[in-house]
Amino acid sequence: MRCVWCHNPESWSRRPEPMFRVNRCLQCGQCVQLCPQHAVQFAGSLPQTNGDKCTRCGTCIPTCPGQAREIAGRTVTVEEVITEIAKDRVFYEESGGGVTFSGGEPLMQPDFLLDLLTHCRQQGIHTAIDTCCFAPSAVLEKVIPAADLFLCDVKHINADKHKQYTGVENRLILENLRLLTDADCPVIVRIPVVPGFNDTPEEITEIISYLKSLNNIHQIDLLPYNSGGVSKAQRLGKPGMIIKEQRPSETVMRTLAGCVRECGFKTTTGG
Amino acid sequence: MNERIKKLRKQSVEMKPYISSERAELVTDFYQSGIASQVSVPVARAMLLKHIMENKTICVNDGELIVGERGPAPKATPTYPELCCHGLEDLEIMSRRDRTTFNVSEEVKKVYAEKIIPFWKGKTIRESVFDAMTDPWHLAFEAGVFTEFMEQRAPGHAILDDKIYKRGLLDFQDDIRESLRKLENANDPEADAKQEELEAMRIAIDAVLVLAKRYADTCAEMAAGEKDPSRKQELEHMAAICRHVPAYAPRTFHEALQAYWLVHLGVITELNVWDSYNPGRLDQHLRPFYQQEIADGTLTEKDAKELLECFWIKFNNQPAPPKVGITEEQSGTYTDFALINVGGVKPEDGEDAVNDVSYLILDVVEEMQLVQPSACIQLSIKNPQAFVKRACEVIRTGLGQPSVFNTEVILKEMLHDGKTIEDGRAGGPSGCVTISAFGKESCTLTGYCNWPKILELALNNGIDPNSGKQIGPQTGAPETFTDFQHLIVAYKEQLRYFLDLKVEGNSTIERIYAEQMPAPFMSVLVDDCIRKGKDYHDGGPRYNPTYIQGVGIGTLTDALAATKFHVFDKQTLTMRDLAAALRSNFENDESLRLRLEHQSPRYGRDDDYADAIAVEAFNIYYDLLNGRPNTKGGKYRVNLLPTTVHIYFGQVTGALPHGRKAGMPLSDGISPTQGTKSDGPTTIAKSASKIDHARTGGTLLNMKFNPQVLEGEGLDKLTYLIRGYFKLQGHHVQFNVVSKETMLAAQKNPTAYKDLIVRVAGYSDYFIDLGVDLQNEIIARTEMADI
Repeated sequence: MRCVWCHNPESWSRRPEPMFRVNRCLQCGQCVQLCPQHAVQFAGSLPQTNGDKCTRCGTCIPTCPGQAREIAGRTVTVEEVITEIAKDRVFYEESGGGVTFSGGEPLMQPDFLLDLLTHCRQQGIHTAIDTCCFAPSAVLEKVIPAADLFLCDVKHINADKHKQYTGVENRLILENLRLLTDADCPVIVRIPVVPGFNDTPEEITEIISYLKSLNNIHQIDLLPYNSGGVSKAQRLGKPGMIIKEQRPSETVMRTLAGCVRECGFKTTTGG
Repeated sequence: MNERIKKLRKQSVEMKPYISSERAELVTDFYQSGIASQVSVPVARAMLLKHIMENKTICVNDGELIVGERGPAPKATPTYPELCCHGLEDLEIMSRRDRTTFNVSEEVKKVYAEKIIPFWKGKTIRESVFDAMTDPWHLAFEAGVFTEFMEQRAPGHAILDDKIYKRGLLDFQDDIRESLRKLENANDPEADAKQEELEAMRIAIDAVLVLAKRYADTCAEMAAGEKDPSRKQELEHMAAICRHVPAYAPRTFHEALQAYWLVHLGVITELNVWDSYNPGRLDQHLRPFYQQEIADGTLTEKDAKELLECFWIKFNNQPAPPKVGITEEQSGTYTDFALINVGGVKPEDGEDAVNDVSYLILDVVEEMQLVQPSACIQLSIKNPQAFVKRACEVIRTGLGQPSVFNTEVILKEMLHDGKTIEDGRAGGPSGCVTISAFGKESCTLTGYCNWPKILELALNNGIDPNSGKQIGPQTGAPETFTDFQHLIVAYKEQLRYFLDLKVEGNSTIERIYAEQMPAPFMSVLVDDCIRKGKDYHDGGPRYNPTYIQGVGIGTLTDALAATKFHVFDKQTLTMRDLAAALRSNFENDESLRLRLEHQSPRYGRDDDYADAIAVEAFNIYYDLLNGRPNTKGGKYRVNLLPTTVHIYFGQVTGALPHGRKAGMPLSDGISPTQGTKSDGPTTIAKSASKIDHARTGGTLLNMKFNPQVLEGEGLDKLTYLIRGYFKLQGHHVQFNVVSKETMLAAQKNPTAYKDLIVRVAGYSDYFIDLGVDLQNEIIARTEMADI
């Protein structure tokens, strides 16, 4: 899926991605000098990283005096992740909370995810999966029994519009949602509210009408668009990949939340 | 807030603090008269208190319901020349500087120049203290290795228990007579001294009763001349109350508050004790009166709240007296560290102690938005969720109050110090964070110890790079350290040397106070001074621990972790190069500095590599200090808190191996180094909980949140964070809920942010009153974007 408003464009690639904040760059040239692959070169006054040459070695990061550089993503083992998760056990116990696997898209790494879920269950840690539901149904079926809660994005009911804005049709998503709810899995649906895409009461009501036909939907949350993805795209050196919109107004969000409540669902706005 | 309180609050907040020379003159008159030399020291001190109480100005403010000012008027601040005498330059600076200003009239300056200074020169406790200290002590003190509390104020940190709500001061005079009767001159070589001390206590009670009578008389006179019938009635009622308390046990909510306040004035007039004085667990003391009167219909919730708010204003009317030897830039505070405790468990059975008055006090804290008195909650696993959530709502208003303490850990700390469980349960934290058995303890904080400075000395073979002087032992040049343990051993030897110096100094100072500056009135209020016939400063209390407060565990840990990681583990840096870089303050090696800053393990990230070093640093301090005897029959204990000294300590400490440049503030309390990139508040809580809080007398953890984070569900999450940290056995946590943007704006335009209150360290203060360094330090504290 390639939503045009994506908040996590750094996760589109499976490789770690070098990121660079132009506004922090002091143009000192440390990174150009230090890069063992000579992947960083000045393009005008600013250093530019050649993504193909860059090996993600990280040499340029700590020495950057403006702290303009980072690498998004790293390779970790199941044990490392579980150790990290278990560190906060006491806080899960106090809050009744747990861990949410998010992303990006956690179902892109199903075996890894399943392993993590199994370990969490063994340790009594509550798990939630934050997913766009665009994954082979077989993958989902494997994960369902191991997770405690699903947070599922539903973006639009109109298949064409869905395809136009996300790159894919919504048929699989809606089917997966039914699969989840038929399996008695608790689900919270999350609708990103994106101006010009789905921010009218009609479009939201259409989604909710569909959701009413399913069991086990506990809550429908409305997440107003924010421009977080735009700056990330800039840091990735691909400023064109994400659209910039205005955040939906409070009035619009209130109206849409009203639509959700009218249909008898609990809702929050914000995320 | 009703009209009466609005008016009183406005007056209190807007009135500028100023110096009153009244007390200084009365003290000087008394000692000039020669009476003091004809009687014993304790009796002289008690007679002095009586002289002050008989002659000081009595002040009843328009509309107030609780009476009593320490000075002649609200915010009129007395001085204590017998402890330390302000010079003319002090008076000049305090009236001129833009922060924590005290106005000083020409008249006061004249009195000081002609009467106070000439008489007290060479006779003050401050001079005795400094004269008695050795040269090595002075070298360490001047280098900023440690500070000395007793050169400015008398040992205090005393908190009252429930005794004055059950019995009157006349009852205590009976106890004194009983103790005098039991003295066995033939079998007790100290009998004479005890007799003098007990006699002094008796006179000191008379002194406070004189004050109460004078307030009663003034209220009665004012009532007689009052035209407004309702105010007339109020004044008559107040006169009747002051005729009853504190001589006799209070019978009503109103009498209970007035009784405390007159006793409070007695303590803070007798001496300028550290951390003022403090009613301690006020919700517990007031609960019986409140419940009885609500049942009888003689008090409403509204009345009780109004009385509490009047009581709050009395605290705010008494700024902490300014220090002696001040500078323009030094950050001071008007706050005098009274810390009112709410919640916790009941002393008798350890059950949930939260009651209606607990919630009422939280309402008052939220509504009054005053920097003092400070308030905290004691949070036990037995306290209801509604209680901690209500406290978090008040915290969210941005006031930095209440701070939150862990009752279960406090009890472990009390038991570790050898207290009974009942005395422990009746106690709690006071001042910033240090625990004591209220009404039964002299818990003396004697000065801060600069851990990172001591590491700097270990890295310089005991020579202070600032002065070039050999101030510590020669523990080896850094190039000779072949492994990390070598460095630790050097640090330990330096620390041992300076703790020895400090403890030796403390022993001398303890005797100076015991012999020259007893506090007979405070002694009346602390068990078992009357029974033992011994002064508060001389081992009279049931418990007598002494503290030297450890500062900079975050900075020290980061510095040691960076050295261990780069020099000894990765071996990408030699000790020689590191030492050279530190000497030059990283002048020509910014890229090394950045590597050390950004590529080293850090405390505050739940990373065992660094946290294990923090634990070791704590254990080293504990092993070297805990359990040493003091001269009062008590033992040394450790606590970790900085108040604002981490700014000063930072200024005197050079560059350190984690890329910290010379002069930057040290980490505060047990918080991570400012600006440490963490994975959220839970990792900070995890790191901070790895040291064994139960073996301390208190630790201080600061967290900063952007106000938006605590909206909606965020408030619940804050309660889970607190409960989680406490389950991990953390002692205390406090929160700043002010955005960075707000603080930056306040720096630019102070006059528009006169009301902005932030959490400093164990207390809240007006942001614009803080020194710029301290302002910057609070802004730089790691801000949590999410819980």
